Amino acid sequence: MRPLTEEETRVMFEKIAKYIGENLQLLVDRPDGTYCFRLHNDRVYYVSEKILKLAANISGDKLVSLGTCFGKFTKTHKFRLHITALDYLAPYAKYKVWIKPGAEQSFLYGNHVLKSGLGRITENTCQYQGVVVYSMADVPLMAHNFLY
Amino acid sequence: MEGQNVEELLAKAERDEAEKLQRITVHKELELEFDLGNLLASDRNPPTELRRAGPSPEAELQALARDNTQLLINQLWQLPTERVEEALVARLPEPTTRLPREKPVPRPRPLTRWQQFARLKGIRPKKKTNLVWDEVSGQWRRRWGYQRARDDTKEWLIEVPGGADPLEDQFAKRIQAKKERVAKNELNRLRNLARAHKMQLPSTAGMHPTGHQSKEELGRAMQVAKVSTASVGRFQERLPKEKAPRGSGKKRKFQPLFGDFAAEKKSQLELLRVMNSKKPQLDVTRATNKQMREEDQEEAAKRRKMSQKGKRKGGRQGAGGQRKGGPPSQGGKRKGGLGGKVNSGPPRLGGKRKGGQHQRGKRRK
Repeated sequence: MRPLTEEETRVMFEKIAKYIGENLQLLVDRPDGTYCFRLHNDRVYYVSEKILKLAANISGDKLVSLGTCFGKFTKTHKFRLHITALDYLAPYAKYKVWIKPGAEQSFLYGNHVLKSGLGRITENTCQYQGVVVYSMADVPLMAHNFLY
Repeated sequence: MEGQNVEELLAKAERDEAEKLQRITVHKELELEFDLGNLLASDRNPPTELRRAGPSPEAELQALARDNTQLLINQLWQLPTERVEEALVARLPEPTTRLPREKPVPRPRPLTRWQQFARLKGIRPKKKTNLVWDEVSGQWRRRWGYQRARDDTKEWLIEVPGGADPLEDQFAKRIQAKKERVAKNELNRLRNLARAHKMQLPSTAGMHPTGHQSKEELGRAMQVAKVSTASVGRFQERLPKEKAPRGSGKKRKFQPLFGDFAAEKKSQLELLRVMNSKKPQLDVTRATNKQMREEDQEEAAKRRKMSQKGKRKGGRQGAGGQRKGGPPSQGGKRKGGLGGKVNSGPPRLGGKRKGGQHQRGKRRK
C-alpha cells in the first residue's frame, strides 16, 4: 500500500474530472475529515485517515480492500474507474442523464439507450461528455461516457 | 576557662583519633575473601543485622558496605606500590576468579572439503618440521611463507622444457601459475566459510559448475558476467535479438504511507488548480530547450553556408561569441510575451530571433 505518485494522481484526477469537474476538490478537501487516496495492488482506494491507520496494521499480502475502491490502474498505467466510485461521483456530477423506467432495464443489461428512452438531461451537455446516468427515481445507475 | 578549653580540645582530638582508628579497623567474625586482581571482596558473614533491621535497612546496608570497602582498601594498601607520573599506584596481582563467558559457546563448524576427504581416506596430518635446509642459499629456511626454501618463482635460471614454445616466458608462466593457485585457494576458503555459515557466496549466487540451472538463474549469471568487466559492463554489446534486462534500474522511491496529510492535500489541490486553469501552462524548461535547439540549428546552417561561400571571420566569431548571451534573455522575454499562445510559437520565435540577431550585430560593433 502506498500513496499515489504525481503522475498517477494526475491521470486519476483527469479521469474523475470528466464526470465531476471542479467538484473534485470537494472530494480531496472534505470538511468532515481527512480522506486520502491510496494504491494497493494497482487499485486506488479512497479511505479516511482513521481507517487507513487501522489498515496499516494488516500485512500487504493479506489486505484485500480498504475504504472505497475508486478504480484501478491497468498494466499500461491507464486509470479505469469502477462502479464502486459511483457513490462519491453521483452527488457531485455536473451532467446528468435520467432514463425512463422502460429503458432502464435494457440499459443495465448493456444495450444502448434510444432517444425515446431518455427522460431528462442537463442543459448544455456536449458530445462525448462524461455523465452520470440516473433512473427516474433519482437512483444513480452508472457513470458513462456516451456518444450521440 | 582557657585551660578547660585546651583540655577539652585535647580530649576531643584524642577522641577523634580513636574514632578514626576504629573506623579503619573493622571487626568481622569471618575474614573476607579477596580477589585483588578483580578488586573483589566476598563477605561470608551471615547478615544477622540486615535481617533484624526491618523493611528498609538502608542505614545497615550502608554501614555494611562501608565496612567491607574499608577492608578491601586496607588490603590494597598492603600491595607493592610504584610511582607513575607523580601518582602512587598499587600493582594488582593476577585475578583468581574465573569470569563467566561473555558470548555463547561457538557451535561446531561443518568440516571443510579437505577434512571430509581426509577423514574418508584416513589421512592423518604428518608432523613436519618448520625449517628446511635450503641448498641454494645455504641456510635454514621456512617450509612455506616469506623467503621459503624452494620458491620456484624466485629462480634466476629456468631451462626451457623440451616440448614448450621457445618464445614463451617461463618466468611469467610460473608467476601466473602461482597466482592461479592462490586464487583457487582463496575461493575454496570462502566456499568453506560459506558452507560453515550456511550462506551463499555473492559472486556465485545462482551459478553452478554443472548444468541444472533454471532460466532465471542462467539469466542472472549472464547479467553478472556482463557486468564483470573493467568498465562494469558499460561497453558490452548485446546480441542482435537480446532484450534489455528488466529491473536493473534504480529502485523507485515512494512517499511514506502516513506522510503529511496536509501537504498531500495541498499538492493535490494545486494539481487540480493547474488542471482547471484552462490555459495551457508554459513549461519553461521545454520551451527554452526548444528555443536553444532551434538556435543551434540556425547557427549550424549559417556556418555551413558561410564555409561554402568563403571565409568570413567576423560572422562566425560574432555568432559563436554572442550566443551565450542570447538564449537566457530571449527566454525571459518570451515568457512574458507568450502567455497563452504556445501554438503560434515558431513564426513568433523566428521573428524574435531575427530581431535578436540584429541586436547582436549592434553589440558586436
